[in-house]
Amino acid sequence: MSPEPLIVTNLACQRGNRLLFENLSFTVNRGEALHLEGPNGSGKSSLLRLLAGLLRPTSGTIHGGNPRGFLGHETALKPRMTLLAELTHWARLDGTTAALPTAMAAMNVAALADIPCKHLSSGQRRRAGLARVIASSAPLWLLDEPTAGLDTASTARLAAAMATHRAAGGMIVAAVHGDIGLADPQRLRLG
Amino acid sequence: MFLTLVRRDLALIARSPALWMPVLFFILVAALFPFAVGPDARLLARIAPGIIWVAALLAALLPVETLIAPDLEDGTLDQLAARDIPMELVAAARILAHWLGFALPLLAALPIAAVLTGMDAATGWRLALALLLGTPALAALAVVAAALTAGLRGGGALAGLIILPLALPILIFGVGAAAPGALKLLAAASLVTLALAPFAAAAAMRQE
Repeated sequence: MSPEPLIVTNLACQRGNRLLFENLSFTVNRGEALHLEGPNGSGKSSLLRLLAGLLRPTSGTIHGGNPRGFLGHETALKPRMTLLAELTHWARLDGTTAALPTAMAAMNVAALADIPCKHLSSGQRRRAGLARVIASSAPLWLLDEPTAGLDTASTARLAAAMATHRAAGGMIVAAVHGDIGLADPQRLRLG
Repeated sequence: MFLTLVRRDLALIARSPALWMPVLFFILVAALFPFAVGPDARLLARIAPGIIWVAALLAALLPVETLIAPDLEDGTLDQLAARDIPMELVAAARILAHWLGFALPLLAALPIAAVLTGMDAATGWRLALALLLGTPALAALAVVAAALTAGLRGGGALAGLIILPLALPILIFGVGAAAPGALKLLAAASLVTLALAPFAAAAAMRQE
């Protein structure tokens, strides 16, 4: 993996009539991680959605950071499908089905493979979403409050997965409240 | 990638509890009309193609609230967009899957409907051909309307209002399939609808 660094220049984001932030510039190099901090509604999720290509910036540019794995608040798991069928579908779109078993083991969801997603708890869905990000083998991970709803053991597993990802040259941008187990992150405060 | 998307949409349709709804609805309409029109076999045979076309149009509309809205709500569209997968491709896959899911069972049920409405064989075959040409456009219009109304309360009713005027050319050429050149016009109208629909649906799905 030889990813380009993520370079953000003079980014501004307006939602409705409200200006969330402007003149935002930062760089995330290979192996680095960035904490997005700030109160609710300060624009952390919007910034992540901008980086994921889901919103268009009001002004400014985003360079690099592609492909990316995105963990949002919604789980994107269909209630009637089994977890394995769901994760396999996304891995197929990413062309990384070979990486899926390792990713499922990393977030400890392999035992849930045959369970329809409607029977999963919110923490289990969160872990499945993280397994999807890991399996994508994307150099940039965009995580929106990745530890929300996770138990202590899963939080530790996530920390280990993020460390492995960074050691391999991967980049992480995460919206957080408090610590999520990233070693030595950059910090960006919004709002 | 297109095939992966279609396969996934078909898997979701196959697991949906509403899988048989469109075709059941279609047969129900065909069965009820003879009772409503009364015992005039000539009249019934004359209006049968029109009845069946209206039934097909409404059958295409039945699942409109589940075509796009769930993907918007549960973050599936976000995951697709984050992978830079073109929404046009997603919409085209959805149209194909919706067509396979509603029109093929409907064509299979056509003989039953033909018997119930007392249609003769020549009319039946012509109608089958016309439905084969016209139903892809109905599927495309349903997906466009679903994309436009996704996330709105009561989107299904609004989707109906959006589709009905747009479906008129298909309906007119489809019902008049016996007239010279009508099938060609039907095919042309269907092709234009199919060609434009993925772009229209994608523009609606990209709303921020």
